[in-house]
Amino acid sequence: MALQASRLAVGDRQEAVLVDDLTRTQIVQYAGASGDYNPLHSDEIFATKVAGYPSVFAHGMLTMGMTGRLLTDWVGDGRLLRYGARFVKQVWPGDTLTATAEITGLRSADGMPVADIKVETRNQEGDIVLTGTASARLDP
Amino acid sequence: MTIERFPVEEGAIMLFARAIGDPNPVYSDVGKARDTEVGGIIAPPTFVQSSAQFDPDYHLRPKLGQPWSGSGRNPTGVVRESGGGPSLTRGLHAEQEFTYHRPLRPGDVLQATTEPGKEWERQGRSGKLVFRERITEYRDQAGELVVTARSVGVQTERPVTEES
Repeated sequence: MALQASRLAVGDRQEAVLVDDLTRTQIVQYAGASGDYNPLHSDEIFATKVAGYPSVFAHGMLTMGMTGRLLTDWVGDGRLLRYGARFVKQVWPGDTLTATAEITGLRSADGMPVADIKVETRNQEGDIVLTGTASARLDP
Repeated sequence: MTIERFPVEEGAIMLFARAIGDPNPVYSDVGKARDTEVGGIIAPPTFVQSSAQFDPDYHLRPKLGQPWSGSGRNPTGVVRESGGGPSLTRGLHAEQEFTYHRPLRPGDVLQATTEPGKEWERQGRSGKLVFRERITEYRDQAGELVVTARSVGVQTERPVTEES
């Protein structure tokens, strides 16, 4: 179901838990699906002994993908015009991520209503791990 | 850099949706997807990231007969060259942005062309940070632009566990 511009206001928000206790297995699943086999994400020995990290950590793109679900669940399938993210902080196995999306603007582009949206994803400590923006096509 | 042929496949879309934990049937259930506004299975918004699977030279995938930096008998299979190019231990993804022209569907066959963009440096808590931008255009079988991706990678001097 697509969103109707007439029923939306700047400041409207959605929130969702994206993952509870992120597993190393899900990170491995993402490596396989995306083709990004960087051992930093799946190889604890390499990540700790060679690269000097406390453990493996998630692909930024896994967090962006999970956060995208909040957007598409809200604006509808195939409605995104743009989606961008900055990876602010690493996401580690065991993390629980919660994302919020907020309408920052409603406008018309080429005669079609468009919502501008801000997203933020936080870990269980309340630290921001991802910030992003998106635009989506609405129904009138 | 060009990926000559990136076929968008139904099974790959399902596996990608599973990996990002998105149970939306529009990514996996032909019957339910048919009844949605988009009228069939589409790919999730970040799916083009998996075009790496079709890049023959993608450096983050082990290749037959070549040393791999991950662990096996030893913590790494690659002896670090002094100096040299980007290292797997210090490369991170800093930003990603997609502009969508239409949803991707199974059966699409895309071609991806990547050009280097801006490059900049700054001092961070992990020493010198070098940022490099890459712009990738994905075109479909008709030559139409379907997705534009802007990616920013960062090389760090030391491990980063705080803000990059």
